Amino acid sequence: MFRKQECVAMLLAGGQGSRLYALTRKIAKPAVPYGGKYRIIDFPLSNCVNSGIETVGVLTQYQPLELNDYIGSGQPWDLDRMDAGVHVLPPYQRNQGADWYKGTANAIYQNIDFIQRYNPEYVLVLSGDHIYKMDYSDMLAYHKEKGADCTIAVLDVPKEEASRFGILNTNPDGSIYEFDEKPAVPKSTLASMGIYIFTWEKLRKYLIADEEDSTSQNDFGKNVLPTMLNSGERMFAYRFEGYWKDVGTIDSLWEANMDLLDPNVPLDLSDPSWKIYSRNPGMPPQYLSATSQVQNSSITEGCVIHGKVESSVIFAGVTVEEGAEIVQSILMPGAVVRKGAKVQYAILAEDVEVCEGAVVGEAPEEIDDLSRWGVAVVASGIKVGAGGKVLAKGMIEADVKDGEEVSAHA
Amino acid sequence: MRNYSAVGLIFANMYDESFRDGTAVRSMGSLPFGGRYRLIDFPLSAMVNAGITKVGVITKSNYQSLMDHIGSGKAWDLSRKNEGLYFLPPRSSDDAMYQGRIGSLMDVVPFLNHSKEDLVVLSDCHMVTSMDFDAMIKSHVESGADVTIACRHGVVPKLPDIPVLTMDASCHVTDLLLGRIADQKAYYGTGVYVMRKDWLLRILTEAAARNLYHFERDILQRRREELKIRGYVVPSLVMPIYSTESYFNANLALLEDEVRSQLFPKNRPVYTKLKDCDPVQYGLHAEVTNSLVGDGAHIDGKVKNSIIFRGVQIARNVELENCVVMQNVSVGDHCKLVNIIADKNVVIRNGVTLQGSESYPVYIAKNSII
Repeated sequence: MFRKQECVAMLLAGGQGSRLYALTRKIAKPAVPYGGKYRIIDFPLSNCVNSGIETVGVLTQYQPLELNDYIGSGQPWDLDRMDAGVHVLPPYQRNQGADWYKGTANAIYQNIDFIQRYNPEYVLVLSGDHIYKMDYSDMLAYHKEKGADCTIAVLDVPKEEASRFGILNTNPDGSIYEFDEKPAVPKSTLASMGIYIFTWEKLRKYLIADEEDSTSQNDFGKNVLPTMLNSGERMFAYRFEGYWKDVGTIDSLWEANMDLLDPNVPLDLSDPSWKIYSRNPGMPPQYLSATSQVQNSSITEGCVIHGKVESSVIFAGVTVEEGAEIVQSILMPGAVVRKGAKVQYAILAEDVEVCEGAVVGEAPEEIDDLSRWGVAVVASGIKVGAGGKVLAKGMIEADVKDGEEVSAHA
Repeated sequence: MRNYSAVGLIFANMYDESFRDGTAVRSMGSLPFGGRYRLIDFPLSAMVNAGITKVGVITKSNYQSLMDHIGSGKAWDLSRKNEGLYFLPPRSSDDAMYQGRIGSLMDVVPFLNHSKEDLVVLSDCHMVTSMDFDAMIKSHVESGADVTIACRHGVVPKLPDIPVLTMDASCHVTDLLLGRIADQKAYYGTGVYVMRKDWLLRILTEAAARNLYHFERDILQRRREELKIRGYVVPSLVMPIYSTESYFNANLALLEDEVRSQLFPKNRPVYTKLKDCDPVQYGLHAEVTNSLVGDGAHIDGKVKNSIIFRGVQIARNVELENCVVMQNVSVGDHCKLVNIIADKNVVIRNGVTLQGSESYPVYIAKNSII
């Protein structure tokens, strides 16, 4: 017998995140490292715990190994509970056959039994693609106050960017009358954040109907939400104010990391009242040597820095040797930058080695044709040989030989 | 699989009185060390790394911070269904029953009786080391000794009743003195002992019957000739903490690569309570050199040759040199601190200048506001 839960969270973590290219070849997007000691999934998981939601289903499908290990028992997020807590929910075989998760709605549909055992009033649907701190209990209070069947969190975006988002057009009372997916001429600037609260009774009914519709793609945005709206259900937009960033592309992931170094960006990870929890490797404190020069950077445990680090985010266990220079870059766990090497405007994935004198990435001011500029990425475990050069926008997935100059190396 | 089974016992309060500045509000075991650790992390991790899955922590007084730190033992993988971590506070308030190491051990006889392990490893917390307990236990088993004492060669630390050993070529202890004699170099005990459990239980019963309570004096020294006592020379670094100065120096020694590699060996990690701090934020004016920094620190000033613990805040225009700054200390604008130990939660307001000497660092007590 499971204790009743008022609200169960379902976290969609099966996406490939194909626009992160080399960074998600072997891991699912929610497992991508972010911010020095976190992974993207730490944000929705920590938000759940901090909001008082104790039951979280994590729907996995693409490359789940690392994500499964990372979530484990859920202890780092205090989600190892008697019968609530975090549950990893991969697709499974039933007696009438087996399916992958066909779409976001189908993923929830296939886990109706999981949700039902907690007999919840509400279900919170989240994605593992965004960096933000949000109190879901405020959103739930709003959902109840409006007597809504579905509440969608929205962010007021600048007008010129609105056509990149799914826009919600609302009445003055906050109720939604129209969905506008990436509109050429947006009527409003309220962008969906991919965070939904449903009254479970209603959602369940629509999920079953959606599954029976063979023409449906079983997707929330494309199918279930429009169907609910057309059927006259009460749907409301909940305005969120604060930092929110989709980290679905290389550029946005890089920017979101750089945002942490900007005191004007309202994302404070040191706030004791809203901690972001993560699974921690437990390494010794970082050591900055007598030759180190570190400014405007975020560095975590296990690092040994002898060189220069400027405006960069350095993950656990990174080594920067003497005379090496790191500028505006993200170095994921275990990366090593040897003597005299330079890493600028780049993302080095886990355990990358940049050998002596190599250069990864280019500064925009060094490039005449700015359309050629972009963040360079080196995939996990790759070695950039001595004196090697990785150009701007480089996407490196095989070792770079000594002295070689490359932009893409798949 | 190992061919022995051992239970660990850690004495969290042993030698508390030798470093009163640091242990006024806590036990020796919960003394902060090295940017993110407490002294007990070292023996506790070393035991876990040697495959010991049952550890009792013997405490006497001042153990709130220790209990808070250890919790269920999860951080050391000692929160187990079977065995794991046992907190062993005094069973009776009768002081006479709690004298010396034997008194403490008498109190945990039921714990030992319930342990199915054949061997017992005893460890104090005042010697910082990541020694390989597995190697020491194996050496004890092979030698067939009654008791093996871990020791190091060097200037004997100023600790009361510290065992000073004379050994023959096969490490058999031929003489055992208690306490140092001047500044001479010798083999001194590092507070780690390995013995058979049934042997220990028998010794305890005999000692109790004779009203003896001093393990080193009444057992090891007095019965040296009839017992087979062996020394085990610890091959890796050991840093004794016995005074404010030695605590200060042991912390600053971590700035040497060799010391860090000995204390944090890759294959034997040192575990500690996790805090979920954010990464260290270095501001635009930060100038940090030759320093060890724990997570959650926010630094915008000048820091040189210092140990900075988790959650420390250092404002702009600060100059810090040769300092040990514990958890959550905040140092205001335009402060200048040299040779200072600041205990937890100390607040140093703007514009304060404080200077200790290298051989006599200034100790600022926990929660002080300057």
